[in-house]
Amino acid sequence: MTTPTLLKKAQGIYRSDRHVWRLIIMIALWLIFMAITRFRKFYTLINFQTMAAQFPEFGLMSLGIMLAMITGGIDLSVVGAANLTSILMAFLLINLTTATGGLPAYAIPLVFLLAILLGAAFGLFNGLLVSKFHIPPILATMGSGELFTGICMAMTNGNAISKFSRAYSRAINNRLFDMIPVQLIIFTVMAVIIWFLLSKTAYGSKLYLLGTSPTVARFSGLKTDRLLMQTYMISGICAALGGMIMLANYNSARADYGTVYTLQCVLIVVLGGVSPVGGRGKINGVVLAIILLRLLETGLNRFPKISSYYISLIWGGVLILVMVLNYFTENAKVKTTNT
Amino acid sequence: MAETLLRAQSIHKSFVGVHALKDVSFSIRRGEIHCLAGENGSGKSTLIKIISGVYTPDAGHIEFDGHRYSRITPIEAINLGIQVIYQDFSIFPNLTVMENLALNTELAANRKLVNWKRIRRVAEEALAKINVRIDLDAYVGSLSVAEKQIIAISRALMFNTKLIIMDEPTTALTKKEVRNLFAIILQLKERGIATLFVSHKLNEVFEISENFTILRSGELVATGSTKDLDDKKFSYYMTGRTFESRRFVPKTVSKDPIFEADRVGIPGSFEDVSFALHGGEIIGITGLLDSGRTELALSMFGMKPIREGEFRVDGTKVELTSPRAAINHGIGYVPEDRLSEGLFLPRSIGDNIVITELDSLTKKFGIVDAERRDEEIRTWVGNLAIATPDPDNACQTLSGGNQQRVVLAKWLANSPRILILNGPTVGVDIGSKHDIHTILQELANEGMGIIIITDDLPEVVENCSKILVMKNGRIVAKLDAEEADEQKILSYML
Repeated sequence: MTTPTLLKKAQGIYRSDRHVWRLIIMIALWLIFMAITRFRKFYTLINFQTMAAQFPEFGLMSLGIMLAMITGGIDLSVVGAANLTSILMAFLLINLTTATGGLPAYAIPLVFLLAILLGAAFGLFNGLLVSKFHIPPILATMGSGELFTGICMAMTNGNAISKFSRAYSRAINNRLFDMIPVQLIIFTVMAVIIWFLLSKTAYGSKLYLLGTSPTVARFSGLKTDRLLMQTYMISGICAALGGMIMLANYNSARADYGTVYTLQCVLIVVLGGVSPVGGRGKINGVVLAIILLRLLETGLNRFPKISSYYISLIWGGVLILVMVLNYFTENAKVKTTNT
Repeated sequence: MAETLLRAQSIHKSFVGVHALKDVSFSIRRGEIHCLAGENGSGKSTLIKIISGVYTPDAGHIEFDGHRYSRITPIEAINLGIQVIYQDFSIFPNLTVMENLALNTELAANRKLVNWKRIRRVAEEALAKINVRIDLDAYVGSLSVAEKQIIAISRALMFNTKLIIMDEPTTALTKKEVRNLFAIILQLKERGIATLFVSHKLNEVFEISENFTILRSGELVATGSTKDLDDKKFSYYMTGRTFESRRFVPKTVSKDPIFEADRVGIPGSFEDVSFALHGGEIIGITGLLDSGRTELALSMFGMKPIREGEFRVDGTKVELTSPRAAINHGIGYVPEDRLSEGLFLPRSIGDNIVITELDSLTKKFGIVDAERRDEEIRTWVGNLAIATPDPDNACQTLSGGNQQRVVLAKWLANSPRILILNGPTVGVDIGSKHDIHTILQELANEGMGIIIITDDLPEVVENCSKILVMKNGRIVAKLDAEEADEQKILSYML
């Protein structure tokens, strides 16, 4: 008697937020698997700190794509925007580097401020293409992404820009209380801001409604163009911050850093339960998906036999699997509501 | 002559414990035009689906052409000669008229190669059967709703059809198109094909059908000859309620107009439209589908800004260039198509109600004041008697009438002074329709200026104190309520 009711209760909890619970279960399974197979190599403080310093790069970009996807669009220009920001800021840092190889105190706040402005500008460009010129977001941002990458190439001839002070990289690779990587803090701040925007503000409610139906949104008097521009601007800012973290993590900037991130970020967002047609999706799912992907990749690296070249193959496979799974759960829902 | 074609006998059907149909029996003779009426959720669709084999009845049986069936499959139903024309017509918008018409026979014959000559011949024959002419090479997506319907009908006739079931066929048709459709139905009758016509529009039931069947909450409430039916009985059978219809008489009309249109126009849509709306008045704007009424409505809400003339609010010229601008001038707009323009269907009832006033429900930094938001939602769900256990439920869980109340609530929550409603009761059941009319009349009596754009003439006559008739983009008549009746309005419209 009790087992079935317990099971039902568990089922109820699972169904209340399928995406989140599915991710939690997957993370738990993977952690158990790693504990059984590679416990000593995986469960070290330094390993987790490394992961926490790495994932904010693409984690931030995923947050941007998530926002765009909630409006029913997508932002494929995040990697291009990130690289363009980091290259421009690398040039600026070279100029700021003193003869002794250090940086003036204002340098780091300045580059971050400029990076945010640049990101907002790139996003505004996307937003204009999408809202004023009615270019489908997938094409508009793919185009602008190529454009940003092209500018990077033209500026650097494809070379890495690295001759700036190491002080920048050192500052970002610090740990708060010797524990928490700065990258993680930047990511967390941005994630909290976006969570707040989505769940507590009028902007967030409007964004979901816009994604549900742009026509109804217009008939309801929402300033849809402005909403789209704001959203792509926030996405641009996320991407730019991601670029600044890449700049620190690699201690250099290059036009083709992070090229696998585009697909990976789309995968994360879809895996996190954001509807590709817009109107649905929560940040907790996306954050869990980011963590899951990092755990998967780091875990796989602990198996020397599995080449890192297989990563794209795995990501592509997982993306399609998740979409197919979503199709089945959505269909199950439709069936239950029909009867 | 009086040979029975279809007899449904004691049909029962329930879905997870809910009785959709309880002991329903009725019959249709060969060549009869039979109207099946009932409110949303009365079981009409279930009954059609049982006749066409989509559902199997839990008890009871169907007799068709003298044979008795306790269950049939959709294919068997088609082979017996039963065809259903659904509201979405099930046609391919990306193919031409010709391809749509011939596709079924081509597929049925299992042909591997396309013979365009044969396809053209088949399509021509199909349209000739009901004496209509439509460009065979036109893409179906570019046709009007009425033309799509004709294609669906002629395609249905390509089989050896004995009974055509039409599911609310007139919903999106203009008056003229409804006439054409009725003419086609009468032609079918002459050829001995029976029509089961699903509708909840009273005037249509009277005009076309010989016999009727009315369902309410899954039960048969009346079946018989249309001759014995009148307005009052019809409404009563449909709803179980009696309504007294009373014409709206404005109580307090403001001295100065609150909204004026002065020779406004959009080239190609409408021109030289002038009128004045006073607080407390309900103006009806009516006309055929292509009369420019919808464009005029959209322009008053800033969706299609005018190119000529000017709008005035309280005597001051206003630029209505976007819906936001219109809202800021105190204008609300209930759009024509509730499903695609009025409501965020998958979102909650609450979200839908507060969307237009969300900015005023915020604290600092655009943070939504959850308490005031919930309070506002509770108020409107109560005020408009929206039947829902929980305003967090999605809008798509509501019936048509309740959905329309949500759209009304969404605009009333914004306390507009001028409310424009485009087709306020399209697809709404009689009970809700009556309630919505009552609400509108009360709002006008409280001082709001209301404009109703509709081609539902009884609605215009009953609710409006002034009536503007549009034709070919111009206002061709301005009538006062006292001098207006349906015939007179119609004579200006056509």
